[in-house]
Amino acid sequence: MSARDDILGRIRNGLGRGALTGDAAGKVAARVAEHRRNLIPARATSLEQAARIDFFVAMAEVVQTTVARVSSAIDIPNEVARYLAAENLPAELRMAPDASLDAIPWSERPLLNVRLGKAEPGDAVSLTPCLAAIAETGTLMLVSGEATPTTLNFLPDTHIVVLRAHQVVASYEDGWDLLRQRPGGGPQALPRVVNFITGPSRTGDIEQKIELGAHGPRRLHVIMVDDVAADERK
Amino acid sequence: MDPTSRAFIENAHAGLANPVLRRALGIAGTGFPARRAEAVARLPEFEALRDEGKAIKDHTIAHLDYYLELYEKNVTAAGGVVHWARDAAEARAAVLDICRSVDARIVTKGKSMVAEEIALNDHLERNGITPVETDLGEYIIQLRREPPSHIIAPAIHLMKEQVEEAFRAAHADLDPARIIAEAPQLCAEARAILRPQFLAADVGITGANFLIAETGSSIIVTNEGNGDLTQTLPKVHIVIASLEKIVPTLEDAATLLRLLARSATGQEFSSYTTMSTGPRRPGDLDGPEQYHVVLVDNGRSAMIGGEFQEMLRCLRCAACLNHCPVYTAIGGHAYGWVYPGPMGAVLTPALIGVAEAGHLANASSFCGRCESVCPVKIPLPNMMRHWRERQFTQRQVAPTYRGGLELWTWVARRPELYHALVEIKARLLGWLGKSRGRFRALPLAGGWTQVRDMPAPEGRSFHALWAERQRAKR
Repeated sequence: MSARDDILGRIRNGLGRGALTGDAAGKVAARVAEHRRNLIPARATSLEQAARIDFFVAMAEVVQTTVARVSSAIDIPNEVARYLAAENLPAELRMAPDASLDAIPWSERPLLNVRLGKAEPGDAVSLTPCLAAIAETGTLMLVSGEATPTTLNFLPDTHIVVLRAHQVVASYEDGWDLLRQRPGGGPQALPRVVNFITGPSRTGDIEQKIELGAHGPRRLHVIMVDDVAADERK
Repeated sequence: MDPTSRAFIENAHAGLANPVLRRALGIAGTGFPARRAEAVARLPEFEALRDEGKAIKDHTIAHLDYYLELYEKNVTAAGGVVHWARDAAEARAAVLDICRSVDARIVTKGKSMVAEEIALNDHLERNGITPVETDLGEYIIQLRREPPSHIIAPAIHLMKEQVEEAFRAAHADLDPARIIAEAPQLCAEARAILRPQFLAADVGITGANFLIAETGSSIIVTNEGNGDLTQTLPKVHIVIASLEKIVPTLEDAATLLRLLARSATGQEFSSYTTMSTGPRRPGDLDGPEQYHVVLVDNGRSAMIGGEFQEMLRCLRCAACLNHCPVYTAIGGHAYGWVYPGPMGAVLTPALIGVAEAGHLANASSFCGRCESVCPVKIPLPNMMRHWRERQFTQRQVAPTYRGGLELWTWVARRPELYHALVEIKARLLGWLGKSRGRFRALPLAGGWTQVRDMPAPEGRSFHALWAERQRAKR
């Protein structure tokens, strides 16, 4: 007997039944198909979008993410240059080859050296987009794809993420919904990797003292474009 | 690793006499519970989430065969491969076969308790493959060639001096005059040493906190980012996970994730929660070309339908260790195998046998703190009681202890005799101890008086006083 059949047999033996069939199997299949939400904490769901954005920023800052708010995508190159200079970092970065980032007017900061692609071992700074930001815990949600290689999120010492304020959602479940709405639908439309990132890399493995930059980035900087219209900010 | 659980009492004494361990556990035993309490206080829904978490896991275990088959189907559809392993030997063989198929020399590893359980590193080393632990705590204990002493903070038994010593011995080609006395310097050195290993590795092995049946995905939760580098850079990613890691849907995983970090470290959310589904896609610029899952039973299926089934809800958060007065006094190594503390006292005998480890359940005062902080409400004290019963009925306790218990049981079933004997004992000891108020030695109570004085009783038993007062009221 194969290990697989043996293990499934032992489980069914313990449960005192055979393989699920008919109605019983249908009920479990329906539970999966329905993928009902469980209890979601009210802390972020109960807020209007503008307050939810502020809550995201506050939660992100608790875990040492830095957040700069700019009024338009045109301001992103300036903010990147300002941040790199303030952190005493070289004016060069590796950027995800993503259309939304390409559209940023990088040529206005000619001294900023922007290269596209996945992260290489020598890269000190990366710049990526994200799919969403989860206000509940100040978490960024990034997905892998042709234009968004995962190594950018982990190899460089400094990770800069461009977030548009309308991308801030309340909960992880809102993030799952964004995945479920992707073209194709169903599990096979899932990206290979979904990264929930809550602050820079850290460890407490030596005497429980938190040190930043264990293996992943030491710094996580979010540039948030305030694109939520004034009438939504009540 | 070979269990040394039989030597629990000797191990525990060694732990109590170890000054480094005393300092290290002092930090852990206050820090973790305080941070958890703060995180719980910030989330009014926490108690309700515990009930939901329990219900999700109970539902999953009751339909585990269904969800495992659904999970396998979806892993396969995403281009991954599932390998089923009945026991540790089959799991080790599956991992080794995959490594050999790509001529692997260096294998990086994220933290995995199942990998510890099946002694994977030794097996890889014996077969000419170098496993490199990348979690800082795991890396430290790998250098010291010792097992983890805690399921989420493996080097919790050490202070920075021991880490420095291990680094100086292992990184012999670095400048001996360098200063690595403090945690930031030690972290920086580990980062610098491990970075080339991440890039050189042929295979990356991680555990899984959750496997999602609905999507065929695996989830890992880390703070360092080591797990992500481990699974992203090499051409092969192997996930090694035990059967009970399955959850039905993404929504169910979200609920359990809300419980996990808060219970473990008191964080709102760990730095990195990463969900992986299959290998690199066409057009992807990075990621592994192969994605394998080794699904390990190794005793879990035998727990289903019995009195330890509820243990399969365990999320491995370690809250029960951090809140246990026994664990925080003796440390994890005393338990002699992979899983220490209350969850270890329940799980270890189920996995390696009651003869080997059934007595671990005696290392509890039944204070109940473990159950009260468990994110999925596992009745740990009750299950420890079940192991004590089995140990007793299988005659695995010392004859004197057994005889003593049987005698006590015989007397306790005869209330009049019992009350009379207790009254005699109280009067006798009260009279003998009248002058000093305490005893420094007592026959049959050496276990107590060796380490502390026994207070002398007042001279009357509670029952006698109670009866007297009741009579006086009438």
